[in-house]
Amino acid sequence: MSDHEYTPKSKVGKWFNDRLPLLTLANHLTDYPTPKNLNYWWTFGGILTFCLITQIITGIVLGMHYVAHADLAFQSVEHIMRDVNYGWLIRYVHANGASMFFLAVYIHIFRSLYYGSYKSPREVIWIIGMLIYFLMMATAFMGYVLPWGQMSFWGATVITNLFSAIPLVGESITNWLWGGYSVDNPTLTRFFSLHYLFPFLILGLVVLHIWALHVPGNNNPIGIDIKKPSKDTVPFHPYIVIKDAFALLIFLLIFAFFVFFSPNILGHADNYIEANPLVTPAHIVPEWYLLPFYAILRSVPDKLLGVIAMFAAIFVLVILPWLDTSKVRSTVFRPIYKQFYWFLVADVLILGYVGAMPAEGLYLLIARVATAYYFAHFLIILPFLGLKEKTTPLPLSITEPILGGSADMAMARNNSDFKEKL
Amino acid sequence: MSDSEEKKPNRRDFIVTATTAAGAVGVGAVVWPLVDQMNPDASVKALASTEVDISAVEPGQSITVLWRGKPVFIKRRTQDEIDSARAVDLSELKHPEKDEDRAKNPEWLVMLGVCTHLGCVPLNDKGDYGAWFCPCHGSHYDTSGRIRKGPAPTNMEVPKYEFVNSNTIKIG
Repeated sequence: MSDHEYTPKSKVGKWFNDRLPLLTLANHLTDYPTPKNLNYWWTFGGILTFCLITQIITGIVLGMHYVAHADLAFQSVEHIMRDVNYGWLIRYVHANGASMFFLAVYIHIFRSLYYGSYKSPREVIWIIGMLIYFLMMATAFMGYVLPWGQMSFWGATVITNLFSAIPLVGESITNWLWGGYSVDNPTLTRFFSLHYLFPFLILGLVVLHIWALHVPGNNNPIGIDIKKPSKDTVPFHPYIVIKDAFALLIFLLIFAFFVFFSPNILGHADNYIEANPLVTPAHIVPEWYLLPFYAILRSVPDKLLGVIAMFAAIFVLVILPWLDTSKVRSTVFRPIYKQFYWFLVADVLILGYVGAMPAEGLYLLIARVATAYYFAHFLIILPFLGLKEKTTPLPLSITEPILGGSADMAMARNNSDFKEKL
Repeated sequence: MSDSEEKKPNRRDFIVTATTAAGAVGVGAVVWPLVDQMNPDASVKALASTEVDISAVEPGQSITVLWRGKPVFIKRRTQDEIDSARAVDLSELKHPEKDEDRAKNPEWLVMLGVCTHLGCVPLNDKGDYGAWFCPCHGSHYDTSGRIRKGPAPTNMEVPKYEFVNSNTIKIG
């Protein structure tokens, strides 16, 4: 937060600002002091905001042409694709936009894991972020049901049946979710209603996420506390705005490639067959961004325990700030954690791969090992490593390692390793 | 606060307690309709039973009908299939049920064609037991629809049904 009081220059501005301090807020966002060493991994917050707005705008437009009824939904989607002016473009942007949104959010989360952005004093930012991530998964899942294709229907059946694993009340809960005895029209209409609502809940949480960020300020690649404002910071505008805009442009190139050149590559051909409650497709696979969790679900041979393991895989992320006992934020100064970090990245990618494969033979074995490792990383490795690991010395400021150490030359020399990375 | 221990409940305490209790009942009365509206409605419940003509089903053949939005398998079993289902020792089963209890008329097996794992529709004449196999997560069922291998926790469910006459089954 900027310390100085802001007064608008114009008389009208002052009159308005005294009644509703929107201009003070705008000034705070413009001047907001940002660490000057933020790298491109920090641009994904802006990219994600863009993704959310894109999904909301294209979604509202699609909602003008879509019909949420079991008999008409599939036809109405084809109507959007063939008849509605630019309907194909808007739907492909929305469908691929979901994948782009998840691509960006995974990079954003792993950025946070690498630079320790979830650690004190930023735990609340992290938890709100995890709530957003959870709502994103729920929203994406319900959105995938709306075209009422075979994958929509059977994906909805499999996922809602997860709740039937709950002892005693499981069946009542699934019937309540369905509004019937199977996935049917009542399920479709409520999913449409909630799919429309959730993005606005996400938007609200994004506001809280950014608000919570602006209290301690940004973390940075070397993860040390910095004075704000100081020579270690730059104002958000224009420095970060321009950098974010450039990164967004690159991101949009990739986005546009999918939309215009391979709009269906991330989907499943089965979803162009209308839902049929009598025939299950030979191979049910969720969307790629849910595959690691799907692999965890299938790697446990017991139904209830499988469901518990899947939800635990998400919950363990929520309590991460208290599982990682290391006080040093940035992985740059944690040589051993750095290796485990990349093991985790590989582990999640492996889980994603086996999640797309049939759950049998070698794939099942790999899924089990990878699931065990996933939990071991968070529940065993992180708590113990933080206590045992010998970290390398932290610089006193962002400026120090660059200028060769204004305060302590010896410490600056110890950080020559770090200098090479900048 | 030491004097509060000696303090007896006064009229204000009564008002606070009464208001809180009335408020809680009021919130409950408002929330329940909002929750219950998601439960199966009258039109869904009205379709709770269905009658099926089985006169054209030959031995060894299986038909699938839709009941409450779910597939129901009606299988006319051959003598071999009945024998193999009845010969199984109950101790081998994950969810022990006698075939006699699942198919009152041994020739006709009527059950929900829904895998008890996560709700996919198993395929007929497939799997290690020559009966049903679920393609989603690999559950194998025997000729009585009992789970023998794979992640499904229980046998395929037998719905409430009755023979209206020798050619018609009423499910539900």
